[in-house]
Amino acid sequence: MTHLNPLLILAASTQSIDTSGFANQIDLHLIDYSILGIYLAFVIGIGFALKRQMRSAEDFLLSGRSIPGWVTGLAFISANLGAQELIGMAASGAEYGIMTSHFYWVGAIPAMVFLGIFMMPMYYGSKAKSVPEYLKMRYDERTRTFNSVSFACMTIFSSGISMHALADLLHALLGWNYTLSLVITSAIVLAYVLKGGLSSAIYNEVLQFFMIVFGIAPLAYIGLKDVGGWEGLVAKMSANNPAAMHSWAGTADTANPLGVPWYGILFGLGFVLSFGYWCTNFAEVQRALAANSMGAARRTPIVGAIPKMLFPAIVILPGMIAYALSSDAVAGGYAIPLKDGVPNYNQVLPSMIFHYFPNGLLGLALTALMASFMSGMAANVTAFNTVWTYDIYQQAWGRNKGDSQLLMMGKIATVVGIVLAMGCAFIAAKYNNIMSILQLVFGFVNAPLFATFLLGMFSRRSNNTGAFWGLVIGTTTAIVFHGLCFASGNAPGVKGAWISPLIEFPKEMSQGFWVAIVAFSTTFLVNAILSAVTKRTKSDEELRGLVYSLTEKQVADNDPWIMRPAILGSIVIIAAVILNIIFW
Amino acid sequence: MDLRLPIGLVFTIYGLLLCGYGLFTKGASMYAKSLGVNINTGWGIVMLVFGLLMLFLAKRANKS
Repeated sequence: MTHLNPLLILAASTQSIDTSGFANQIDLHLIDYSILGIYLAFVIGIGFALKRQMRSAEDFLLSGRSIPGWVTGLAFISANLGAQELIGMAASGAEYGIMTSHFYWVGAIPAMVFLGIFMMPMYYGSKAKSVPEYLKMRYDERTRTFNSVSFACMTIFSSGISMHALADLLHALLGWNYTLSLVITSAIVLAYVLKGGLSSAIYNEVLQFFMIVFGIAPLAYIGLKDVGGWEGLVAKMSANNPAAMHSWAGTADTANPLGVPWYGILFGLGFVLSFGYWCTNFAEVQRALAANSMGAARRTPIVGAIPKMLFPAIVILPGMIAYALSSDAVAGGYAIPLKDGVPNYNQVLPSMIFHYFPNGLLGLALTALMASFMSGMAANVTAFNTVWTYDIYQQAWGRNKGDSQLLMMGKIATVVGIVLAMGCAFIAAKYNNIMSILQLVFGFVNAPLFATFLLGMFSRRSNNTGAFWGLVIGTTTAIVFHGLCFASGNAPGVKGAWISPLIEFPKEMSQGFWVAIVAFSTTFLVNAILSAVTKRTKSDEELRGLVYSLTEKQVADNDPWIMRPAILGSIVIIAAVILNIIFW
Repeated sequence: MDLRLPIGLVFTIYGLLLCGYGLFTKGASMYAKSLGVNINTGWGIVMLVFGLLMLFLAKRANKS
C-alpha cells in the first residue's frame, strides 16, 4: 500500500496487484511515449526550477513555510493518491458497490475537516517540524522516539511495496523489465526531490493530481456509455446485486457487502481508522505544515476534501460499471478478468483502461498511473528525510550540528531512503508473505497514535506516563487481538488467529475495523487512567499552544469569510451528508 | 514559482497533441475500443481548454 493507509489495506486486501491474467501485452505507439516523456520532462524540470530556493535545511525539508493554501491542499490528497489507492478503490467499487464510498464520505472527509479546524492550530502554531516533534513538545522524548522510529520504518517499507507493485504492473502489462522500471521510476523521484526538496515534491504532487484526474476520468464516461448510462447501471445492478446500490440501507446488521453494521462503520471507519490515518500521518500533515500562513495551513485539508469528495465518481463508479457489465457479459464486451474462476477485482482498473482506451488516451492513462505512484513515493520520501534528520539524527547525534550539516544529512537521507525502499521492493518481490505480515503490523500503529493525539491535544491532564504506556500497551493489545480473531473462511496465519481462532468476523473488512477499535480504546483508556492516577508532568504554562483549551483562538485574518476554516469546513461536511443521503 | 504556469503548459501541449493525433487518426479501427467515439479529439479539447485557462490565470496574476 502506498501510504500505509489502513483503510486501503482492508479495501484491497492483497499486497501486490496480481497481474497474472494479462495474457496480451499492449502495444504503445509514439504518441503514448511522447505523452509519458513530456510528463517526465516537466516533473524533473520543476525540481530543477526550485533548486535555487534550496539554501537551508529548513528550505529543503520544510519548504520554509512558503507555499499557498490551494497548492498544499491539492498536494494533501495527491500524497495519498498512490497507484494502489486508484486500483484498490476501483476493485472495491466492483466488489462492494456504493458502500465503498464510505471510505470517502464517512472516512476521509470528516477527518480532514477535523484536522483543519481543530488540530492544525496546535500542529502549525507550535512550530513543530514534524508529527514526532509535536509529541516531544507535548509529552517527552520516549513518545517521540516510539513514533519517529516506527514511522521511519513504515514509510520505507510502504514505499518499497508500492514500488514493487508498480514495477510488477509495468512488467505484466507492457513487458518492461522489472528491475529497470523500478530503478528508472525511483531515479526520477530521487532527482526531483533531491533538487527541489519538499517544495518540489509538493508542486509536483499538484501536477500529478491533475494528471491522475485527466488520465482516469474518461473511463467513467466510456464505461457509462457502454452500460447504457446511469439508468442502465441501476437496472443491471438492481437485477444482479441490489445491495451494491446502497451505502446505508443494508447496515442494520452485518448482512451487507462490507459485513459491518452502521455503528461499526461510524466508529471503526469514520472515527478510529480515518482520523488515525489523516490526522496523525506525517506524510499528510507535512503538506499543511509547509503552508505560508496559519489560515492556509488550516484550509489545506479542507481544500483537499473538496476534490476528494468527488473522487468516487472517477474511481468507484468504473468499478461498479465493471461489475454490472460482467454480470451479463456479451461476447467481445468488457468483463472482469478471472483468476482460478473467481473475479480478480484488482485488475478492474488496468483491464478497463486497456479495453476501452485507444492509443493516445492510453498513454495518458499510463502516465496517470505513473504519476500516482510518484506522488505517493515522493510524499513518503520527503516525510522520511524530515523525520530522520530532525527526530532521529539531530536528536541522537547532532544536537550541535549546524544548518549546512543538517541539509547534507537531509539529502543523504533522501538517497538512502530511496535505496532502502528499493531493497524492500526486491524483498517484496521475493517473499510476498513477509510483506503481508509487516503490512498488518503497520496497520496497528495509527489507531493508538490517534488516541494519544486526541488526549494530548484536547486534555491538559494527559501526561507523559499515560502517553507512553498507552501507546505501548494499546499497540500490543491490537497485535494480540489480531492473533485471536479471524474472518470467516480464512485459515489461521497472516490474516489473523495466529495465536488461537477465538473470535470470528464475517469479513476481513469487519475484522480490520474491530482490531482498530480495540487498539484505539485500549490506548485511550490506559492513557486516561494512568494520567489520572499519576502526577501531571507539564504545567498549563508549558502546554500553551499545544493543547486546544490553552491555545489562543485565531483572530480572523484577511481572508474572505467563505475561506475561514470553520465555514468552509462546515460547507464540506454538509455536502458530504447530502451525498450520503442521495446514495442511501 | 507560479505553479499554474507549468501545469498550464503541460495540459496545453497534451491538448494540442491529442487533438492533432485524434484528427490524424480519424476513423481508425482503434476507435472501436472507445465505442466508436474519437475520444482523443474530444478529451484533447477538454485538456486544451483547461491548460489555456491555467495559463491565463498565471498571466493575469503576473500582471497585477
